[in-house]
Amino acid sequence: MSPIATAALAKTAPPAPPRRRARSGPPTRRLMAPATLFLLAWMIVPLAMTLYYSVRHYNLMMPELRNFVGATNYKLLLTDPTFWHSLVNTLVLVMACLAITVALGLGLALLFNRTFPGRGVARTLAISPFFVMPVVTGLIWKNMLFHPVYGLLAWLARELGLAPFDWLAQQPMLSIVIMIAWEWTPFALLILLTGLQSLPEDQIEAARLDGAGRWQEFRHIVVPHLGQVLYVVVMLESIFFLTSFAEIYATTSGGPGTATTNLPYYIYQNAFFQYDIGLSSAAAVGAVVLANVFSFFLIRFVAGNLNAGSAR
Amino acid sequence: MAIVELKNVVKNYGGRKAQGPNAVDDFNLTTRDGEFVVLVGPSGCGKTTTMRMIAGLEDLSAGSIRIGGRDVSDVAPRDRDIAMVFQSYALYPHMTVFGNMAFALRLKKLPQAEIEKRVREAARMLDIEHLLERKPRALSGGQRQRVALGRAIVRQPQVFLMDEPLSNLDAKLRVETRAQIIKLHRSLGVTTFYVTHDQVEAMTMGQRIVVMLDGNVQQIATPHELYAQPVNTFVAGFIGTPSMNFLPATVGDDARSLQGEGYRFRAGDARAAGLAGKAGATVLVGVRPEHLKWCGSGDAQAANHLAGKVDVVEPLGSTTMVQVDVGGQRITAQLDSAIAVEMGQPIALTCAADVLHLFDAQTGQALGLPAQA
Amino acid sequence: MKTRRTSHVLLSLLAYAVALVMFFPILWMLLTAFKTEQDAFSITPQLAFAPTLESFRTALEQGSGYWHYAFNSLFSAVVSTLAGLLLAVPAAYAMAFYPSRRTDFTLVWMVSTKFIPAVGVLIPIFLVYKNLRLLDNLWGLTALFTAMNLPLLVWMAYSYFKDIPRDIVEASAIDGAATVQTMWRVVLPLALPGLASAGLLALILAWNESFWSLTMTDHKAATLAVYIASFKSAEGLFWAKMSAASVLTVTPIVVLGWFAQRQMVRGLTFGAVK
Repeated sequence: MSPIATAALAKTAPPAPPRRRARSGPPTRRLMAPATLFLLAWMIVPLAMTLYYSVRHYNLMMPELRNFVGATNYKLLLTDPTFWHSLVNTLVLVMACLAITVALGLGLALLFNRTFPGRGVARTLAISPFFVMPVVTGLIWKNMLFHPVYGLLAWLARELGLAPFDWLAQQPMLSIVIMIAWEWTPFALLILLTGLQSLPEDQIEAARLDGAGRWQEFRHIVVPHLGQVLYVVVMLESIFFLTSFAEIYATTSGGPGTATTNLPYYIYQNAFFQYDIGLSSAAAVGAVVLANVFSFFLIRFVAGNLNAGSAR
Repeated sequence: MAIVELKNVVKNYGGRKAQGPNAVDDFNLTTRDGEFVVLVGPSGCGKTTTMRMIAGLEDLSAGSIRIGGRDVSDVAPRDRDIAMVFQSYALYPHMTVFGNMAFALRLKKLPQAEIEKRVREAARMLDIEHLLERKPRALSGGQRQRVALGRAIVRQPQVFLMDEPLSNLDAKLRVETRAQIIKLHRSLGVTTFYVTHDQVEAMTMGQRIVVMLDGNVQQIATPHELYAQPVNTFVAGFIGTPSMNFLPATVGDDARSLQGEGYRFRAGDARAAGLAGKAGATVLVGVRPEHLKWCGSGDAQAANHLAGKVDVVEPLGSTTMVQVDVGGQRITAQLDSAIAVEMGQPIALTCAADVLHLFDAQTGQALGLPAQA
Repeated sequence: MKTRRTSHVLLSLLAYAVALVMFFPILWMLLTAFKTEQDAFSITPQLAFAPTLESFRTALEQGSGYWHYAFNSLFSAVVSTLAGLLLAVPAAYAMAFYPSRRTDFTLVWMVSTKFIPAVGVLIPIFLVYKNLRLLDNLWGLTALFTAMNLPLLVWMAYSYFKDIPRDIVEASAIDGAATVQTMWRVVLPLALPGLASAGLLALILAWNESFWSLTMTDHKAATLAVYIASFKSAEGLFWAKMSAASVLTVTPIVVLGWFAQRQMVRGLTFGAVK
């Protein structure tokens, strides 16, 4: 600062005491360090290592051969039809499950957002599948419901005079989607129902007085009100759907062929059965990128929510 | 009980590099021991920030605060020996009324008997003894407010801070509680800072009032001084209901007479000095509605005279509020209700010479005030 | 008026029907668990059957390993939840009550780690664990569960803390409480119901977790998810036993979920629903 400016400042401002030390304030840094370090160690460092492995030649069967290979793994990956198949499978699975759970969840939420005797019990029963372990879901559906001979659906088909259907063999992806949707529709239902119940009664009443019909009421009052909640449902579900594993592991093991091999299963197979660390790391990077495309929107939402929160 | 001194206190939210206007700028005040000081001003004027700096909830950007002679500028709130009543009351929802009041004493590790005694005593003073075992959510707004007061009283602190404690009460309860707080202050004699945006509350409660605007102290004075000798148009307009009327007027050659379209005034002896050398200039004349009187035809020659047309009549019972159009400017007069006025009728008003206020037309500063101490 | 009443009754019936359909697979599993293997594995579903506890007996008997897996599940779920809370609560507390310019970034960063898919870090963690002899190690698995749930716990704890009026925290500071005292005596009691439901959610997610259990454990640290998955190749003969084991695995968590359903939602909606 020039001497003149300093002099001018000195003239205008009363001699301010030197900036005081912060009062023995809260040890925020120490409070946040454990969580931060833990996430760094278990998430960020491994993520960096995945990136590193993805540009190395690294196969556990040939541990002596570990050198930098640039984009080779990625090239291999992009020429592997199974990878493309698994990518498409992943997207189909996520989109189908999203569409079903949100549509069904919304319908059920509207159904349960009315007062009728036994509502609490009915709702509790309806949301139970969400708490069921995915491996159990897979086994129960595969054996006791989908089984082409002894399964309940086969029996039902026979009773109706239809040919029994081997679900997991003939419609493997649809079967997986049904199981996952069965688990996650309750989640959408639960959250959307809470959203509906937070809708102020007077808004609905005002709309009715304004002459809105049932559909208009739904379209112009309920849906906009649910906007944020729907967003949360879609985003959280996509994160979980993107990483679906147990249901596939317990039923089709990715088959028949590669019909139900999604990205996580593809990586799992390449790493644990082909021992190809480099290639599966490259695929893992792909999975992270895919998840980020989805999460980008969620994080924007969370950040927006944060700002709204601090403005309150 | 203590003297509180604020010296050159500045608050700027810009962080390390001071940016933008100061939220509080160069605040200076020394209280008397046991004084009741009210900070008043429109929202955003810095009154609450000032109080929070006294409490230690906000750091000072510059300056210093002393309580009882001790510099507390860097002292944590818990070590300042102060108690605060929050606008929201900030009662601990998971504790009973007793627990709320005893919390600070328990932290101080006072003996149980002493805690019991102090809480009961405060509860008796506030008439909330029967509520001691209840949780805050089971209380009415007024009861919560008294618990908040009680929580402050049991501390027996050096200073009370009250942040708009009455703003969540209904009108009737507000008047009652106002009286109760004044009584409490009398009997406890603890130095008190009281923040409000309500000038009636300020005038009725404060022994001294600090009027603030945009982070700046406008005037620090007793209620009477504020009313009789406001230092500028803001204070003059802020204090008193209805607000003071302001009328631009040209100063006559005698530096005494004032002239505008539809009205003329003659400055009283006390203020006339402020007009010296201002012949031909424009000043603002301030006159409070309650000082305007109906002017019979015989007074047409009165030194202070306003003529206009009645615009709106609001009978209030004992008095009648009349809005008058004087040469295109609207002024308010509070007239005796015995005088019958009708809308549209011409009216003439007058007032005494010594109730006129004079302000500089550009700066809004009062003219001709007796020199401030 | 009449049609409204009718539609109300019809919609209520529909709701019951939906509830029943959704719950049916669980019910069917429950029924099968009480059947003999012959009844369970029958071309025509047996609704009238003589209930037997035989399958539960085999599922629970010595040598079935159920208790071993159940202990591992319980240990990893409980310890990871407690550890997660222990890490998340102080961090969320600091961010909620002493926000700085970096707070928003840190919070978003922490939450965003939830969106790194597990496969994205699977390989390095597997290799590092192998070198550190943490494979098939209960502590190693528990740490992974902790990392998996930490972002959600931080977010939920943060949103519960944010709901506590600042005034109350300040009142406590003025009342003479140090930061730690304010945290223990004012903030935590107020946030406790919320933190408890966050903990419940973490517990449920950890209990039901299968990706890490299946990849990182073999037998020693294997959880119930691994145990149940071992029925994968069970054909016919073991349906009743599989159902019994599943019932034993699922019931505690489903019941827990029933009780915590309402509380969990608010934290999970990221504050979008009050």
